[in-house]
Amino acid sequence: MSDQVKELSDESAENITRTEELAYELRINEVMTRGPHCLPPDISIKDALDIFQKERFSGAPVTANDALIGILSIEDLIRALRKNDMDSDVEAYMTKDVVTVRDYDPVVEALKTFSRTKFGRLPVLNRENKVVGIITKGDISNGLLTALQKDYHAEEIIRYRASHLFEDIISHRTSLILRYEIRKGDFIHGGNASSNIKRALLRLGASPQLARRCGIAVYEAEMNLIIHTTHGGTLRVEIEPHKITMEAYDDGPGIEDVEQAMKPGFSTASNEIREMGFGAGMGLVNIKRCVDEMRLISSKDRGTNLYMIMFLDDKENNPKSIK
Amino acid sequence: MKIEQIVHLLNGELLTKHNDEGKEVSGAMGADLMSDVLASIMPEAALLTGLCNPQVVRTALIADIRAIIFVRGKYPAKETMKIANDENIPLITTTHGMYEACGILHKAGLPSLEMPANDSCA
Repeated sequence: MSDQVKELSDESAENITRTEELAYELRINEVMTRGPHCLPPDISIKDALDIFQKERFSGAPVTANDALIGILSIEDLIRALRKNDMDSDVEAYMTKDVVTVRDYDPVVEALKTFSRTKFGRLPVLNRENKVVGIITKGDISNGLLTALQKDYHAEEIIRYRASHLFEDIISHRTSLILRYEIRKGDFIHGGNASSNIKRALLRLGASPQLARRCGIAVYEAEMNLIIHTTHGGTLRVEIEPHKITMEAYDDGPGIEDVEQAMKPGFSTASNEIREMGFGAGMGLVNIKRCVDEMRLISSKDRGTNLYMIMFLDDKENNPKSIK
Repeated sequence: MKIEQIVHLLNGELLTKHNDEGKEVSGAMGADLMSDVLASIMPEAALLTGLCNPQVVRTALIADIRAIIFVRGKYPAKETMKIANDENIPLITTTHGMYEACGILHKAGLPSLEMPANDSCA
């Protein structure tokens, strides 16, 4: 975690991990130990030692009239023990220059302070300067792990809920329709819709093989809309318990010779598009291999409609079933 | 084969940052045409390519590719890096050329995950 203290440039900020993001998202008051046991300054070292031993503390804030005046650690106690000064007040041995953090600050502030000061624990103050907690590196690790686990559970819950969709809703014919508008020439987002379609299918309980086949087919269709259309087009996916119908349609310019377009290697793509890795003349061939049924209807006036259909059956253990 | 081993063998650099070193791939394929990749690559593969645009990562997501290796010392565009980081796809860059990089990995025991032509979609 020590690289948390480095200044983040815009460049490196793009590459931060989920854990690092969480260090910025989580507040100190979400991970700290709340309501710490505070010691009064006039308590004896001996009594403090008893409290530490009984409560298994390794440090405690010292407060007078609700204001933080110091922090007493095991090391301070050891110093008093060495001098055999057990009856002295804790005020004489506590650390007075206390470094604190604010409860509303992000966790990353505490990480920075830890690495700057080498302290093991920091008192946490609220807006009224009252001690509301103590934070250690252990608290931060626990807080981050819990948050990461919540993230993981969130995806599990989405998947669970989605996969029950078709069982929970009763009708004569239930279907879920996803629509994506694809813009002509939008290479930056090319494949985004297909990634989302694949993810949706997985969440609905499709097997990885089925999701992959649908993903490949619809990705080729999406790239075709980006490369070959006049104004872009639409991807429409209808999911039913027994069938997935994927449709890509546009308003032009239409395919001149459908039979020729279906031949492996035939392509009308420009060199520029080939340089981007597309236009190999394998798109429609790939789609046909991936889906159970493919229909291509195209005319010069009305544009192109491409239907890609997968039939699912409900047999147990069939990789092609959506439950 | 683990990602860290690939990085080591290719004298490469891991560009993404999500504890990718321990991830494993079952084989590899080299190609610059995304349709060829979609047509022929089997799941769990590493893809060696000279293309650096965001579609490479999208292709990886769709085709269950586990890692992308850029050959000839290429660095991906910002947008490519962003998608790879968001979607947990490790990106590696190596100064070796395509033929050499494929050869090194194949010799080290990493099999081809390219389906023979005319085979149906996995």
